Amino acid sequence: MRGGSARLALAMLVVAGLAACRPAQAEDRMRTVEVTIHYSRFDPSALSFEPGTTVRFEIRNTDPIDHEFILGDEDVQAVHERGTEAHHGARPGEISIPAGTTRVTTFTFTERGALIFGCHLPGHYAFGMRGTVTVA
Amino acid sequence: MRRRIVLLVPTTLALLLIAGPAWACGGLVNANGSVTLVRTTTLAAYHLGVEHYVTSFEFAGVGGEFGSIVPLPGVPSKVVRAGDWTLQRLVLETQAQLRALAFEAAIPSAAGAQVILETEIDALDVTVLKGGGTAVGNWAREHGFLLPPDAPEVLDFYADRSPIFMAVRFNGDRAEEQGIAQGEGTPVHVVIPTTNPWVPLRILGLGAPAAAPVEADVYLLTDRQPALLPAPVPAGGSISPRAGAGPEGAKRPGLVLERSEPASSSLLADLRSDKGMKWLPASGMWLTYLRVDANAGDLKYDLAVDASGADQPSPVAAGLSAEGRSPVAEAAARIWPAALAALALVAGIATGAWLGRNRLRPRLG
Repeated sequence: MRGGSARLALAMLVVAGLAACRPAQAEDRMRTVEVTIHYSRFDPSALSFEPGTTVRFEIRNTDPIDHEFILGDEDVQAVHERGTEAHHGARPGEISIPAGTTRVTTFTFTERGALIFGCHLPGHYAFGMRGTVTVA
Repeated sequence: MRRRIVLLVPTTLALLLIAGPAWACGGLVNANGSVTLVRTTTLAAYHLGVEHYVTSFEFAGVGGEFGSIVPLPGVPSKVVRAGDWTLQRLVLETQAQLRALAFEAAIPSAAGAQVILETEIDALDVTVLKGGGTAVGNWAREHGFLLPPDAPEVLDFYADRSPIFMAVRFNGDRAEEQGIAQGEGTPVHVVIPTTNPWVPLRILGLGAPAAAPVEADVYLLTDRQPALLPAPVPAGGSISPRAGAGPEGAKRPGLVLERSEPASSSLLADLRSDKGMKWLPASGMWLTYLRVDANAGDLKYDLAVDASGADQPSPVAAGLSAEGRSPVAEAAARIWPAALAALALVAGIATGAWLGRNRLRPRLG
């Protein structure tokens, strides 16, 4: 009986320890990245993260015109380039940033590879308003 | 001569209309973000410390409201309706074509920029603004102007030297009430006391892809041959194809000197006979006709004109570095060292930013 109690207590400690570790690991992989938009350019325009990292993007638009931040692969960019959504914010990694404001969007990078973030308001992407994310 | 003008102007207008709609020294973007080909004629004039802009805003006739933003070298003392044939007469003198840009407009309230003058001219609502690039950009956005992505930088480019802008909105409803037809122009005369005349050129490429050709005609009338910066390349040179020549993306010469000669007495008499043009001297003026034929990505400068006789056009007025001339200016100066003084200037600009719809399709992400 004593031995059983000890095993139970040990098991509970292990479980408790594992539970305590989870948020610590998530926090370790949570990052906040500030991105500034000026003259219709992203700064920084090249980012790199490890797989499993959750990034909180704080995007500051210093321009007197509206912009947006759309994160995804080339297919996602192509969809938005010909899309019709006037505003974004419901999906992770997609946010509209009105002139002179700061907006936040969070995205978890699960797979290795290359992604793009860009603005698809008329003419902006073609103007060069885009950046890259390397997940490796 | 008046009779001759009356006969010639309709012909010129017909040619302009065939070439497509137009606008003034600004950028024209439609509500859906596409660029509309419209055309406008602008005359910037300088004499005895006063610069005169005479610009024609043509009604696109698409419905809604259209407008332009024009950077100015100073605060205007008045904005009035201009005469009816000044711009066309300059075109006739040089056989040039005139074009320019504008914006779609709506209505709401202002913020940031200081409104220093408001007036109505026919179907045009004219607002002169004072403010930095961001303030003017905010004002424009809040009034429904759809600014292209390069607008923030371009507005700062001008505001850093002269924080004065003229926003012109074409009221479609009023145009209809007044029976203004599509393609019909409303000439506007802006009188600007200033010691620092310049002709805005960079604004002509607003919203255009870097490889897109920007074509414009610039007229100068001075008491002497002027000193210019950037100095133009001579017409007929190996890198000076005619306007519109060559494929899109081909390297274009930039600023080309097409005419440089004493202004004819008939030209001056015709211009003086138009409404509000008595300030122009009756004789002794020098006519310079420059053609802008540049790739939008290279058109990062304005035209500085030294009208003082000091033969030192300002790099700052040209939008070049205050510390020294840019590579563009240095290259231009080597090609064509303009070196003669000027007493007075009349600058006419006819813009031809050929911004194809296909290059700025409406896209909402």
